[in-house]
Amino acid sequence: MSAKQLSVFIENRQGRLGEVLNVLKNNDVNILSLSLADTTEYGLLRLIVNKPEIGKEKLAEQGFSTMLTAVLVIEIQHEAGSLQTLLEILSKRDINIEYMYGLSTNANRAFVVLKTSDLNKASDVLAEYGIKCLTSEDVCAL
Amino acid sequence: MIWNEKKECMSRDEMTALQSARLVKLVDYVYHNVEFYRKKMQNLGLLPSDIKGIEDISKLPFTTKDDLRDNYPFGLFAVPQSQIVRVHASSGTTGKATVVGYTRKDLDIWSECVARCLAMADVSKNDVIQVAYGYGLFTGGLGAHYGAEKIGAMVVPMSTGNTKKLTTMMLDFKATAIACTPSYLLHISEVLAEEGKLGELKLKTAICGAEPWTEKMHQDIERRLNIHAHDIYGLSEIMGPGVACDCIYNKGLHVCEDHFYPEILNSDTLTAVPDGEVGELVFTTLTKEGLPLIRYRTKDLTSIDRTPCECGRTSARISRFKGRVDDMLIIRGVNVFPSQVEAALAEVPEVSPHYVIVVDRVNNLDTLEIQVEVNPEYFTDEIRGLEKLNKKITHVISQALGLNPKVKIVEPQTLVRSQGKAVHVIDNRKLY
Ligand SMILES: [Zn+2]
Repeated sequence: MSAKQLSVFIENRQGRLGEVLNVLKNNDVNILSLSLADTTEYGLLRLIVNKPEIGKEKLAEQGFSTMLTAVLVIEIQHEAGSLQTLLEILSKRDINIEYMYGLSTNANRAFVVLKTSDLNKASDVLAEYGIKCLTSEDVCAL
Repeated sequence: MIWNEKKECMSRDEMTALQSARLVKLVDYVYHNVEFYRKKMQNLGLLPSDIKGIEDISKLPFTTKDDLRDNYPFGLFAVPQSQIVRVHASSGTTGKATVVGYTRKDLDIWSECVARCLAMADVSKNDVIQVAYGYGLFTGGLGAHYGAEKIGAMVVPMSTGNTKKLTTMMLDFKATAIACTPSYLLHISEVLAEEGKLGELKLKTAICGAEPWTEKMHQDIERRLNIHAHDIYGLSEIMGPGVACDCIYNKGLHVCEDHFYPEILNSDTLTAVPDGEVGELVFTTLTKEGLPLIRYRTKDLTSIDRTPCECGRTSARISRFKGRVDDMLIIRGVNVFPSQVEAALAEVPEVSPHYVIVVDRVNNLDTLEIQVEVNPEYFTDEIRGLEKLNKKITHVISQALGLNPKVKIVEPQTLVRSQGKAVHVIDNRKLY
């Protein structure tokens, strides 16, 4: 079980991030979490939004390179050490983390967004430990 | 179809005899009507009677673009202004434009040559052809237009600038042929693909010119649009489009050599290179009245093949252009042609055919940056993936050039899409 992440390629030019945010705003796409990975020349903006398909379509219309990527969204205990426990489970089964970032809600719940090497395997492994991965619908309902 | 079988299929001996007779007449004509040539010949101690045939052409002086600029606007015309019925001008990137003038007979011959080229591209009176070169001072629009009318095709004089209108009419009029620059045709194919209308096209042939393009770009255009794409060559100083064009066999461009005599010379020594070897293309206009030119240096690099073609034509064929003497960039002492970069990028399916070369000089060292766009279907959201692609592009380019470039991946559709000539090189070096 996975959720959809909206990824956008942006050149490091003045105002490009603002333009992405503007397109999303104008189409009523709400951002639940984001992470920006950047190099000196470009950045990859990764977003968890309430309407990923619409976000992708509207950004592509504006000439942005975008794609939807499957990621795992997992709820973790809002306490020290809980993330480490999760990562150890994956590491023991040879699953690599490509990247990760956090997501939290105002109800004091904490989530982590994970992109791993073998997403299906990761999801199955976590299920063995009773850890559930959220779908896009689950995320929107948070 | 062969438009003028008598002229396009004559034996080498007949052609040489015709060229010789025309050259003798031309030299006499310019000696008596163009002061510039009379003086040049006098300085060389040459009399018109010294030129007895085409084999004597190497005795004659050269003409360069600078000569045209120095004699701006009408200094090299061989007829009084009253006999000139049209002028065209090419925009000078530096200083003055160059102006070319045509008599009525010149225009007739021009239409004849374009008609031959269109026939090579399988255009006939049954076709609907959109002419999407710029109309006006540029020779492309009107040149293609008159040739297409001569053939009797239905001509749609689109000019450039409004792609939406062009694609709409292309579909509504069931256009079967188009004449435009290759980069504009790629742009048109992208627009049609975005609209999902490629399947509705009736297009079967394209006549592309006015800028150099690689074999890969040629194949891309043919595959994307499912058409035959032909390379038409010309330059306003000599006439305009229609000097040469490739037939369906795609084995080089047939030159209208009964009107334009081609020489391929070593650009340093200015002596002839053997057939098949690359050199600078030099033209002598054998029949022009308004602006006859002797041994005009085109600065285009190509090679020549005088063997008969499978299509039945015997006219000499020049190869697809290898670059321009002027386009050659010298970066860190290495000769670089944009066409090499284009050919290298063609090997990388992840990038689009659009690219820009940026050359600069930092701390007295030349820098080379290649900007490319990633094809949307190959986009990845992992930095590692993009870095890997960057390395791959850097590798193919450094293999091709012998230089390590800095490759920059840019957002799609950000590189300049030209409706005229593509801008592929930005040289920011300030040289003193
Ligand atoms: Zn042929």
